[in-house]
Amino acid sequence: MALLQISEPGQSTSPHEHRLAVGIDLGTTNSLVATVRSGSADTLPDATGEHLLPSVVRYLTDAEPVVGRAALEAAASDPLNTIASVKRLMGRGVADIRHIGETLPYEFVAGESQMPRIHTVSGDRSPVEISAEILKVLKQRAESTLGGELTGAVITVPAYFDDAQRQATKDAARLAGLHVFRLLNEPTAAAVAYGLDQKPEGIYAIYDLGGGTFDISILRLNRGVFEVMSTAGDSALGGDDMDHAVANWMMQEAGISGSAGRGELRALAREGRRVKEALTDSDVVNIELNQGDRPWRGELNVDAFNRLVDPLIDRTLVPCKRALRDAGIKADEIDGVVLVGGSTRVRRVRERVESFFGKPPLANIDPDRVVAIGAALQADVLAGNKSEDEMLLLDITPLSLGIEIMGGMTEKIIPRNSTIPIAKAQDFTTFKDGQTAMSIHVVQGEREMVDDCRSLARFELRDIPPMAAGGARIRVTYQVDADGLLSVNAREQTSGVEAHVEVKPSYGLTDNEIETMLKDSFAHAREDMDARNLREQQVDADRLIESVTAALAADGEELLDDAERTAILAALANLEAVRQGSDLQAIKQAISATDAVTQDFAARRMDAGMRKALTGHTLDEFTSGK
Amino acid sequence: MQAAFDKNYFEIFGLPESFRLDLTDVTKRYRDLQQQLHPDRYASASDQDRRLSVQMAAQVNEAFQTLKDPVRRGRYLLALKGIDTGEESDTAMNPAFLMEQMELREALETVRDSDNALAELGALETEVIDAFDARIIRLQTCFDSDGNEDLKVARETVRELQFLQKIRGEIEQIEEELV
Repeated sequence: MALLQISEPGQSTSPHEHRLAVGIDLGTTNSLVATVRSGSADTLPDATGEHLLPSVVRYLTDAEPVVGRAALEAAASDPLNTIASVKRLMGRGVADIRHIGETLPYEFVAGESQMPRIHTVSGDRSPVEISAEILKVLKQRAESTLGGELTGAVITVPAYFDDAQRQATKDAARLAGLHVFRLLNEPTAAAVAYGLDQKPEGIYAIYDLGGGTFDISILRLNRGVFEVMSTAGDSALGGDDMDHAVANWMMQEAGISGSAGRGELRALAREGRRVKEALTDSDVVNIELNQGDRPWRGELNVDAFNRLVDPLIDRTLVPCKRALRDAGIKADEIDGVVLVGGSTRVRRVRERVESFFGKPPLANIDPDRVVAIGAALQADVLAGNKSEDEMLLLDITPLSLGIEIMGGMTEKIIPRNSTIPIAKAQDFTTFKDGQTAMSIHVVQGEREMVDDCRSLARFELRDIPPMAAGGARIRVTYQVDADGLLSVNAREQTSGVEAHVEVKPSYGLTDNEIETMLKDSFAHAREDMDARNLREQQVDADRLIESVTAALAADGEELLDDAERTAILAALANLEAVRQGSDLQAIKQAISATDAVTQDFAARRMDAGMRKALTGHTLDEFTSGK
Repeated sequence: MQAAFDKNYFEIFGLPESFRLDLTDVTKRYRDLQQQLHPDRYASASDQDRRLSVQMAAQVNEAFQTLKDPVRRGRYLLALKGIDTGEESDTAMNPAFLMEQMELREALETVRDSDNALAELGALETEVIDAFDARIIRLQTCFDSDGNEDLKVARETVRELQFLQKIRGEIEQIEEELV
């Protein structure tokens, strides 16, 4: 008798089962979620058929926050509790926000860390928490549409996001309960969506002007391989600035003074956006302002609008030039230009981009959706739903990474536009006899002085074995992973002792703060924190069981002797048994035990993989007679 | 058995230790290696596999950057032969070369104020590129014959190339400021 088959999520027994995975474009203005179904990627609409979720969160006194259109509509009436464009605040410090956000209508309060919080009726909220609310809605939308729990998600970020901004995005996903396969750069996602890799080898420029961020990336594409050659941008420049330019013009024309209230400013910016959007289809737009005591009527034509936005577009061309230079190519070597981001609908943007690159840009995929679609295609690959002919995305670091040396100068460790993942090691020694700790200040940016760069974190190395001054040799390794996130580890070379590295992020959240936020969010949602921890460990255990089982089936015979195989099978059996129970610690221990017993096996497999890659290569050459 | 970490960059790419390389072939090998090792291939794997893959992919990237750049490749080959190019510790250079460098630098400092800055900069750049290319050929010859004296010349050449590479970067930077 065929009953409904309900398999527990994450416990997939068949390796070919389709895993639910999504791509999420967490945008400044709007956010989207997309997935691959029956081979094609598309964005998912909400119950009313809307694909775009306005990235606006409204906090209420005694209820769950409202996200999306309803929140957007309350923005003018309840500006203090309604947060829009939170992406501009991600990974920023209090001082940055004063700098970028004089017009932001929120009440900021300083938090425990450098990360600012916005005071709302439901408490002080960090940008990470606010972003998590948006992600939660998209996650729910995907899970109810697809009918199951998500295995993981690819979340897009501007290529020019620094480490703090990326980390903040990843933290938001964690708060929202999403497993992040990968943070994917938005321009790369767009290139994936266009399937540019299917064409003959070529070099493409991806011009991505969103609501609050600008990115330019130069990519070389060749049969499934996407190699990012260079990237540049401005993480505080976007269509919102055009809205404000129009709003400022209206204020001047209408004689509205700078003392306009918050709600009024918000309404003016919205009107500015309406005018901007209307000018994509018509040459002149009528404006009526009914706020304040004096109503005002006027009009804005395309020429006048172009004059307002030209300085902003100029600012996008500076990074374009730099990206070309870093890639070592001239504008006429570009085979095509792709437009991404809602703000590239502005006709003036298209004209200027076309004249800069000397060719008409590609824009046949909806510029609002193209990033989410590319992310969904990548998520499908990363979830393991595609077996062969997989694409490979080789991304780069947008900014140089350095450390503070004497005199407040920086020493570059990893130059910008280095392909990631990347690791660099540096040797340090101690200054004093018996010194057991030292501190390393890591910054990101191109300038020579530390103060002109962005402070990422201070790493405190402790537990260095005491030795005479200059005796210790501490090798510090900086590693940037495929998400563009930095980690640091340190080891004393002569004794082999691992120094303990404590990270003090300059703008990010401490682990403690994240823990507290997780707890808070559960208190609010009336979920059980312990249940979620257990669930996460079980999912980890399942992932491990699955990957070790698959590895044994593929290479167990060849790479292991009987004793090794027996030991691994025993660890696996124990993990499987423990995983069925609800003892969190026992599951953790069984995972570590399995990790330990499979460590050599994993290294051997990796090594065999390298040999295989090269063997295939040598064979090619052999058969082609080279 | 973490053999891969002990391999040198040539071994990682399955190539003989030689200054002469076919860059197209190296690029193909690089892509094939990353197809196997990149962390995206391990997105659904265990944490341990993912960590390992990040380390290996980083190693392959570093190897590729070293092999494809002739100056870095030369320096690396010398290091494999036990010769430290010592750019930071040993500042003694061939006086004739230093003279040339000083003249280049002086020219570079005045070029900004020239009415014909871009053209002059272009001429300087050509000069530097020619000097660079000539040394790459010299380096190749040295590594081909591989005698003790040859390797001494190779060491000197790598040190000079480092200078030239730096000044070329400065020229490009001034060019960017001028445009």
